[in-house]
Amino acid sequence: MTLRYLRLTAFAVAAALPALPAVAQELRIGLASEPSSADPHFHNLGPNNQLRRNVFESLVGTDEQQKLFPQLAVSWRPLDDTRWEFKLREGVTFSDGSTFDAYDVIYSVCRIPGVPDSPSLFTTYTKAVTDFEVPDPMTLIVHTASPYPLLPTEFSTWGIISAKANGVDGPSIAFSPDGCGDLAYPETQAFNDGSAAIGTGPFLLESFRRGEGVELVRNPGYWGEAAPWERVSMKPLTSDGPRVAALFAGDVDFIENPPLQDLDRIRGEAGLQVVQGISNRVIYLHMDHKQEPSPMITGTDGKNPLKDVRVREALSIAINRDAIVDRIMGGVAVAAGELLPAGMFGAHEDGQMPPAPYDPDRAKALLAEAGYPDGFGITIGTPNDRYINDAQVAQAVAQMWARIGIPTEIDAVTASTFFSRRNAYEFSVYLAGWGAGTGEMSSPIKALVATRDSDRGYGGTNRGQYSNPEVDDLLTRALATVDDAARQELLREASRVAMADWAILPLHFEVTPWAMTDKVMYAPRVDQYTLPASIKPAG
Amino acid sequence: MLVYLLRRIAQSVFVALAMMVIVFFGIYMIGNPVDILISPDATPREIEETMARFGFDQPIHIQFFTFVGNALQGDLGRSFVHGESAVTLILHYMPATLELAALGLFFSILIGVPLGVYAGYKSDRWQGRAIMTGSIFGFSLPNFWVGMLLILIFAVELRWLPSTGRGDTVEVLGIRLSIFSENGLQYMILPALTLALYKASLVTRLARAGTQEALVQDYVKFARAKGVSETRILFVHVLKNIMIPIVTVLGLELGSMIAFAVVTETVFAWPGMGKLLIDSILTLDRPVIVAYLMMTVLIFIVINLVVDIVYTILDPRVRLTGGST
Repeated sequence: MTLRYLRLTAFAVAAALPALPAVAQELRIGLASEPSSADPHFHNLGPNNQLRRNVFESLVGTDEQQKLFPQLAVSWRPLDDTRWEFKLREGVTFSDGSTFDAYDVIYSVCRIPGVPDSPSLFTTYTKAVTDFEVPDPMTLIVHTASPYPLLPTEFSTWGIISAKANGVDGPSIAFSPDGCGDLAYPETQAFNDGSAAIGTGPFLLESFRRGEGVELVRNPGYWGEAAPWERVSMKPLTSDGPRVAALFAGDVDFIENPPLQDLDRIRGEAGLQVVQGISNRVIYLHMDHKQEPSPMITGTDGKNPLKDVRVREALSIAINRDAIVDRIMGGVAVAAGELLPAGMFGAHEDGQMPPAPYDPDRAKALLAEAGYPDGFGITIGTPNDRYINDAQVAQAVAQMWARIGIPTEIDAVTASTFFSRRNAYEFSVYLAGWGAGTGEMSSPIKALVATRDSDRGYGGTNRGQYSNPEVDDLLTRALATVDDAARQELLREASRVAMADWAILPLHFEVTPWAMTDKVMYAPRVDQYTLPASIKPAG
Repeated sequence: MLVYLLRRIAQSVFVALAMMVIVFFGIYMIGNPVDILISPDATPREIEETMARFGFDQPIHIQFFTFVGNALQGDLGRSFVHGESAVTLILHYMPATLELAALGLFFSILIGVPLGVYAGYKSDRWQGRAIMTGSIFGFSLPNFWVGMLLILIFAVELRWLPSTGRGDTVEVLGIRLSIFSENGLQYMILPALTLALYKASLVTRLARAGTQEALVQDYVKFARAKGVSETRILFVHVLKNIMIPIVTVLGLELGSMIAFAVVTETVFAWPGMGKLLIDSILTLDRPVIVAYLMMTVLIFIVINLVVDIVYTILDPRVRLTGGST
């Protein structure tokens, strides 16, 4: 009797559940680059950050357009110039069952500066914090030394680990920006073998094996919408040909970064498709604004012609950006007029900052006016394995410059050599790319055109040593303006000033392609991440 | 024998040291790993701090002496990229490479020896010529091309075998191997064949030449006169006598197959040491590269030793003495 009753109940419950879609519950992904660790705080690097987002979440999330949305914090607001208040999400548990609260956030910030052997710490995004206050476990107040509008954005870039799971009693943590005393932290190795991989994310880390890949399983206790996949395997297939072959062979369902030359073939294959979207990465040419004579410039008697704004303009309008997008990038790129695509924070609206118009005749006239009617010799430094078709793009620019009477050579080398030489100021002109990690204009302005300044952290990648007090001033004001509308206007202004001075020559924004079977769908992301929780079964 | 061994070891220590010096300074000249590893968002101060943490702010000769000091205590340093000891990292990748090389070697003998002996036996007939012509393809086709072709035929078109990666593994004495699982073995067939193709052609050619030479020897004539079957003559008497050059060559080739299977491992996304090496070179992960190449020296030395010992088994006339090199 009882048994029968139970059976009936079980049947009724099963019938009441919504029918699950009859799709494969396993997703197999071919990655273009491999994460170096499963430790969320070990290496601030694209592939690692992408993996981190599956298992560990942040207070603030970022969507496909890098707009902020509430993740482990339900809301945030500035209390005054130096304090931000975060209200935390109730009822979130880590995968070991411990409850999430404000102390886990503090514990994570405590761990970040001291991760042993880290090649790139996340302190970049936590150093603004001077103190924490916890009025109640679900409210966190963050102190900064000065007004800091980027705090919520920066709080979207690192993952939160559990204090309790690591044997630390939250309220006992004494926070200090230089370290929090003798707290027990998990070792990087413990994340890699899975024992410390305790997060709040949509997936649990089942295994992390170097060279072989990552296995994720759905987190049954996830607070948000359950991931559409029971299991996800992510294999590093770092060379292009084999990655595409794996998709064609049906060994994976989804691949990152299919090479441009294969896109048409993939589109033409029944059952396969390509999804693509603009990224936050601009490909640009930077010019030497300081050294005199500048390396590898010939025919100017030791003068540095790039210091003349007319020469810089001539170089920019001599480039036919549409032709580069069309012929070299196979249409999979968007010509750029500033350093961030239209529609992102601090960039102009579509059409307000168009790419520099192609005008070789005017370029020649400008050169003559600047005192170089016969041109001069120059060399473009470029990596040949870092950005999509990087050396070919430089090659095309060289030909276009040759047409206005500037014989141009290419110095294309592998990325590891290129970046070291660039940082040693060995190039007069170099091609590189910049992905706006924070998704707003302050990122490229601060890194690429602000005057180099160690104390303020400006100009970290400004290896052309451009310096313009007006840009610096606008940036400094923007970085201290908490009001979004006012900050956006200041950043646009800074961008206009820099572009009008031809400080740097943006070429195009990369468009990121993904290839997949027609059984799945993916909304392209400007940050180029592949997040399995957002890959949906089609139909 | 003992003198011989000691001399060998002294030689190899010297080679390993020379390798260490060359690689250490060579990589220093290429570039600074921090330039690639650090997040572009890092401030100049953070870059300086990271440099200091890895000791890159020191002059190169100080860095070198620190490294040598640690190496003498058995510590070859930690990978800049993975934060793990370089040796641990290499040992993690090693089983995958070793099992692939072993299967490759097995395939090359399995294919090469019978074909070569047969081609030598029928050297004037069309069968013999066809095999020799075929072997030209074997060592003239580039490895990555053969790999891609095999993937296209057997994985994309026929879908008989998986295209890339490593399959299931089973733990044998604490080491994860895929050669003992059916699924794992399927993943190994294409990369092992790719590795084996060149070696198989080499073996075919050696076996053919040896067989041709052996067939006119007195012992073969005598065996024939005694009425021993042709098969037995070929695969017992002749085979024994042609194995020495084959073992020598395969020994050396096994070394290069283990140490430099870079291309095959890259094409098949096989998680072996070759892939680790190429990734480490791209990121200037100096401790891993130095440790890897020193390990390679070690592997070659061990293999050469084993080859020498196998000689004595195959041919009792060979003696290992202090006089030989």
